[in-house]
Amino acid sequence: MSQHYPVLLVTVPLLSAFIISGLSWVKKSLCFPVALVALGTSVFCAIGLLFKVLDVGVVEYHMGGWMPPWGIAYRIDLLNALVLVAVSSVALVNLVAAHKSVQRDFPEKKGIFYALYVLFAMGLMGITVTGDVFNLYVLLEIASLTAYALIALGKPDRAPLASLNYVFIGTVGACFYLLGIGYLYIMTGSLNMADIASLLPPIYHSKAVLVAFIFCMVGVCIKMAFFPLHTWLPNAYTYAPNPASSVIAPLMTKVMVYVMIRLVFSVFLPDFSFHVLHIGPALVWLACLAIIMGSLLALTQRNLKKMLTYIIVSEIGYMVGGLWLGNRLGMSGAILHILNDAIMTLCLFLAVGNIAYKVKQVGFEDLKGLFRKMPVTMAGFVAGALSVIGVPPTCGFFSKWYLISGAIQAGQYGFMAALLFSSLINIVLFFRVIEIAYFEPMNPLHGVAPKRGIIEEVPLSMLIPLLLVAVSLIVVGIYSGTIVNHIIVPVLPKGIG
Amino acid sequence: MEVIHSIRPLLAVLVSICAVPLIASSRKENIREMWTFAAAIAKFLIVVSMLPAVLRGTQFSYTLWEFLPGASIEFKVDSLGMLFALVASSLWIITSAYSIGYMRGLKEHSQSRYFCFFALALSATIGVAFSANLLTLYLFYEMLSLATYPLVTHHQDPEARQSGRKYLTYILGTSIGLVLPAMLVVYHLTGSLEFSAHGLLADTTSKALVTLLLLMLLFGFAKAAIMPFHAWLPAAMVAPTPVSALLHAVAVVKVGVFSIVRILTGIFGVGILSSFHLGTVVCYIASFTILVGSLIALSQDELKRRLAFSTISQLSYIVLGVALLSPKGMEGGIVHIAMHAFGKITLFFCAGAIFVGTGKKYISEMVGIGRRMPVTMAAFFVGALSVIGLPPTGGFFSKWYLVLGTLEANQWPMLVVLLLSSLLNAAYFLPVVYKAFFCSDEEALFENKVQEGPVWCVAPLVLTAVISLFLFFYPDIFFRLAEMAVGM
Repeated sequence: MSQHYPVLLVTVPLLSAFIISGLSWVKKSLCFPVALVALGTSVFCAIGLLFKVLDVGVVEYHMGGWMPPWGIAYRIDLLNALVLVAVSSVALVNLVAAHKSVQRDFPEKKGIFYALYVLFAMGLMGITVTGDVFNLYVLLEIASLTAYALIALGKPDRAPLASLNYVFIGTVGACFYLLGIGYLYIMTGSLNMADIASLLPPIYHSKAVLVAFIFCMVGVCIKMAFFPLHTWLPNAYTYAPNPASSVIAPLMTKVMVYVMIRLVFSVFLPDFSFHVLHIGPALVWLACLAIIMGSLLALTQRNLKKMLTYIIVSEIGYMVGGLWLGNRLGMSGAILHILNDAIMTLCLFLAVGNIAYKVKQVGFEDLKGLFRKMPVTMAGFVAGALSVIGVPPTCGFFSKWYLISGAIQAGQYGFMAALLFSSLINIVLFFRVIEIAYFEPMNPLHGVAPKRGIIEEVPLSMLIPLLLVAVSLIVVGIYSGTIVNHIIVPVLPKGIG
Repeated sequence: MEVIHSIRPLLAVLVSICAVPLIASSRKENIREMWTFAAAIAKFLIVVSMLPAVLRGTQFSYTLWEFLPGASIEFKVDSLGMLFALVASSLWIITSAYSIGYMRGLKEHSQSRYFCFFALALSATIGVAFSANLLTLYLFYEMLSLATYPLVTHHQDPEARQSGRKYLTYILGTSIGLVLPAMLVVYHLTGSLEFSAHGLLADTTSKALVTLLLLMLLFGFAKAAIMPFHAWLPAAMVAPTPVSALLHAVAVVKVGVFSIVRILTGIFGVGILSSFHLGTVVCYIASFTILVGSLIALSQDELKRRLAFSTISQLSYIVLGVALLSPKGMEGGIVHIAMHAFGKITLFFCAGAIFVGTGKKYISEMVGIGRRMPVTMAAFFVGALSVIGLPPTGGFFSKWYLVLGTLEANQWPMLVVLLLSSLLNAAYFLPVVYKAFFCSDEEALFENKVQEGPVWCVAPLVLTAVISLFLFFYPDIFFRLAEMAVGM
């Protein structure tokens, strides 16, 4: 059984998605439980895989028994096992939280929503496990197409347009990637990552390989919304329905960062990326720009959800910059931040979903007095905010620790300054929100004992996932040393200082 | 030196965090306050239980978890930490009693929230006191900043909002913008963050780097309110008075100076500071704050603001004392943490008692208040004497040692600063007391009828005043601890 985890992880949700869309004609109430079981299976397989990889090392799975490089191979090392656990758990937790608001906001489209949701999660998990660059493209398109559709489920005035915009730009990104692997195929005749990696070194100085690298990177950068290629993201995520945005926002961009790391580590190899090309410093500067611009653009927003989307743009800069610092500390920080940022983005978007469930809108003026009305939700929000700011012992502090240490070691003080700058801006961003929720309206109860009964929280099925995620921010923070030493450091390529 | 591995430091930190859910869920006010007291007394007893061993030169240590080699969440109880923890935990008990009188007296809203965050802030304070390394210290330092935000902004009005914003900007801005990078650079250089007796950076040769790190850490711990990072302190006086009293005369600001004492002794070390002449630099920075703080205090009419500026100036005494790098000066500085705490908290309690009793905030409105509140004003007098540094109060000794320290270190300019500042202290405190008692009947704004504040307010301030007097006769325990801390 356990040797089939890699394929079960993907096929169970894939088949469930069809079952769900069928069920939506017959019995809508069964859609949610099926989705739950499907993603539950994925989480189980992902955790099983992580332990197996920790135990015996890299796990290979050959689809249909075809040997690579002819068949599709799934190859799981610690890096994708870690990302896999993050992706599957985030998708599962958010599914539970989504149930009530799906039920309320678009009950007639329930079946479609769950089918797309499961398919989306399956696409991302597939991207994570696959060891084949073309298979990765296919799964990337599955994830993207389902994301477009999920986003378009939002309010009819803005969501379809935002989704369409995303379709155009996302397709351009996918094309770049496809062209890139086309070039690789021309040069090596292979689509299997390990195989390409072994064939590439003699032809590192070929222009075609260079073009392949650039096309792949540009494609991935568009898909991960790396500044200045981010323009599709804020509107798409803001106008998406909350249950969808709180799964797309934490995962889509992070998985794309994983793809970038995978391409650098296992396809082009660090030797090419860092030593032949020398583009590390330039990309770190671009990352600084992304961090600073993301923060500044976030400052200009007056809508909580939109503000968070710009913070994502800034966080992408953290991870890209960390990777291209080219040292162990920076890369550890980047990989750790994939996990951490997924958790804290989920935390914040769940809180936004809860707020929107009660007060409909999440413009700044709608947040007044929320600490009184929804104290538990706001506590979760504050936990997420502190993690984004980087206050110990939340996990955000520890990824910042590695990233800044990496910057110091690499002598990239600009990157360190950008990280600190963004932390300081994050204080402003979040405490501005907290101020509104805490101080306004001017408290008429001042001088009077507080009345009970003004608390109006969301149902427990939305509250418990939020609290669980908020607690995991601290738990992951506490174990970040362990995660880095036992999971992340072993996957870093040899020869990185 | 003997080191005992014991969970007691962790318990001392945790006991008030554990009280938070109990306080929050209590329906009856009296039960809620009982939990506060239970936690405060338990915390004090745990701290005291470690005192005899610490006085014998033993240290307690406990590692909670190791994040990286040399950077763990680890507690260590040494004499310096013990001194601070003793002050903070004993004053929490007294302040809790005072809080009850004050908050109920004014019928304040959200009292449960208030007591919860107070307990949280005390956990963080003890956490700082018992930190074994810079990472642990940083963690609890940040926790304290965030736990005190709802206390500072308790009134939730526009003024509180402004002040809260200022508070966070200064405190979080400096700790993230300056301390965090400095900490990581130290870790990068030495591979450790552990406070060590000779200083972690003792072998560093680059003077420019050490100077830069010193300035980053000195100003980064903005809770010490060294100018120009002092403006949050007067702004934070918008908080209810017990908060100002404990947090802004004792816990928060002392956490700031305590952190500076720790980094000066444990990260840089006396050796490198004197060989690079950096001690003198810190002395000048501190003496600027001492004098300017005192001068500004002179011009303040609002009593709490005058106390705030006095605090700014007094905190720099501690920094100055340690930066003198002479044994007497360092002892004086460290003991001043305790002496100033008892004196200043008395003054704040008095300011609060006056506000509860009469609603007056401004010194110009307090002419003749001694006729109405003689006990309060007598305590105020004692507190003022202690802060000025006159006998028969504990404050006399710390100032005395500071003066001896300047002589020992041959720093004549600092001696002048200390004496000048003492005169200024007298100039801004004594007229308040004088006007309260000695004024003509026409001048007096209060009738000749004794009417003190609530007993829960008056008893604590009498107690702290008595302790200030008591410390003149029995200052030994704090001096023993300080001596051991300097001897390390």
